[in-house]
Amino acid sequence: MHDLIQYVQSYLDPNVKVTPGAAGNMFWAFVYIMLVFLGLSVAVIAMNWLERKILAHMQVRLGPMRVGPHGLLQPIADALKLLLKEDLIPAGADSFVFWFAPFIVVLAAFCVFVVVPFGPQHAITDMNIGILFMLGVSSLSVLGVVMAGWASNSHYPLIGALRSSAQMVSYEIAMGLAVISAILMTSLNATGTGTLSMIGIVEAQKAQGEWFIFKFFPLGLIAFFIFAVAMVAETNRAPFDLAEAESELTAGFHTEYSGFRWSLFFLGEYTAMIAVSSIAVTLWLGGWLRPFPNLLNSPTWDTLFSYVPGATFLFLAAICFYNVARMPKHPYFRIQTMGLGAFGAALALIGLILFIPVVSVRVQDIFWFTAKVAGFQYLYIWYRGTFPRYRFDQLMHLGWKVLLPLGLGVLILTAGVGLLQIKS
Amino acid sequence: MPQNYVPIFIFIAIILILLPLTLLAAKLVRPENPSKTKLMPYECGIDPVSDSRGRYTVRYYIIAILFVVFDVETIFLFPWAVKFKALGLFGFVEILIFLAILIAGYVWVWKKGALEWV
Repeated sequence: MHDLIQYVQSYLDPNVKVTPGAAGNMFWAFVYIMLVFLGLSVAVIAMNWLERKILAHMQVRLGPMRVGPHGLLQPIADALKLLLKEDLIPAGADSFVFWFAPFIVVLAAFCVFVVVPFGPQHAITDMNIGILFMLGVSSLSVLGVVMAGWASNSHYPLIGALRSSAQMVSYEIAMGLAVISAILMTSLNATGTGTLSMIGIVEAQKAQGEWFIFKFFPLGLIAFFIFAVAMVAETNRAPFDLAEAESELTAGFHTEYSGFRWSLFFLGEYTAMIAVSSIAVTLWLGGWLRPFPNLLNSPTWDTLFSYVPGATFLFLAAICFYNVARMPKHPYFRIQTMGLGAFGAALALIGLILFIPVVSVRVQDIFWFTAKVAGFQYLYIWYRGTFPRYRFDQLMHLGWKVLLPLGLGVLILTAGVGLLQIKS
Repeated sequence: MPQNYVPIFIFIAIILILLPLTLLAAKLVRPENPSKTKLMPYECGIDPVSDSRGRYTVRYYIIAILFVVFDVETIFLFPWAVKFKALGLFGFVEILIFLAILIAGYVWVWKKGALEWV
């Protein structure tokens, strides 16, 4: 116990930059794992609500409005409904494989977060093969998809699983090539050795003074673009959601799944979206670094930027209070108005806590990382609201004949430009 | 540093405990009365015509094989990318030769029409 208190104290010292895994403190690692689980669950619930609301507003609808103020409790109501639904295993199904497939999907999506660096010391662990681990584990979800489709013994799931796996493996190549061109940039330092560690990659961007998306303009940008397209295809999201194209395949590989087992696929899908976004943020968008860490590096700017997390929450609280004022003044809406006011007050409280310097120093890394990932989540919803779905041959054409040569070209060009920079 | 890898196993263990627990909780509260029609594979309301585990198009195999080739290539590029500056021009030329062999294969596959999906 005494050791634990000492460790926590040493951990709260802002000069200590070591992850729980590297420090060998398994209890603290356990606490981090639990925090990651909690954060992911909240993020998936929030994504569920935001996706419906944003899509609805893009189509000039209101979206969920009844369950809770502005439908805020809708995801929770849905989760309860799924919990109470009957869970069927179809007659011809291979019941063990059918039972096991959602576990693999969830496991593959969650395990990526072992190495995601939310800050210089806010990662569960930091491995010297971090990015390789992330790519490998996230591609394991293909297995779960194929198993789910095969075990169902139904035509739609099988076709959906085949399409989905073909799509995932095709875009993985372009993804890998884009990642390599970012890894290559990390080696452009004094020692001449790069790194595969997630924390090391962000440190390299800090040391080189620019995010890799701006490095060797436009090469970094193109590599990022390839990754951004490939990651949408990897997670089977619109406009590449052919695996679950409702009009032709009902729901793709999880057609036969129902109840809570289905919700595991849902959880896996949204977690995978967050996971690949965090890879993109780490590799190209400077991970936990705040905007302009080298350009605006005076202490004044540091203080100004440290106010941003608190200000963001206060802004969200202000939106809540504005909508409290706009609620209809009818006794029927009294509970909803009070609920929305309480939600706004909670957000405002969090915002005020984030203004305390001790807290904001420890939290702003996590805030910037999360903000960037949240931007990607908005993009995902935006794509879904605007782009029409691809046809399967167009999808394969894009993956094999456009992104793959583009990725190879960018890799060779990046290497060439990097070599010229070394020589000069 | 092997201790860096220990949290992964803790993580996997926690997931493998939590997920069956949630499924068990769902089993305790949900209704359970299957019938023959309910357990039938979904086929838009009509009786399923055949066993679904039949034959399917060969293109999926081709894609899988091509994937293995190019993914292994990607893995081989990682060590070079990490040591890029230290290896310098020598490494660059060598990787160009490696990629040239692969690109030749890629062009052949393209010309053969293995990437067409019609």
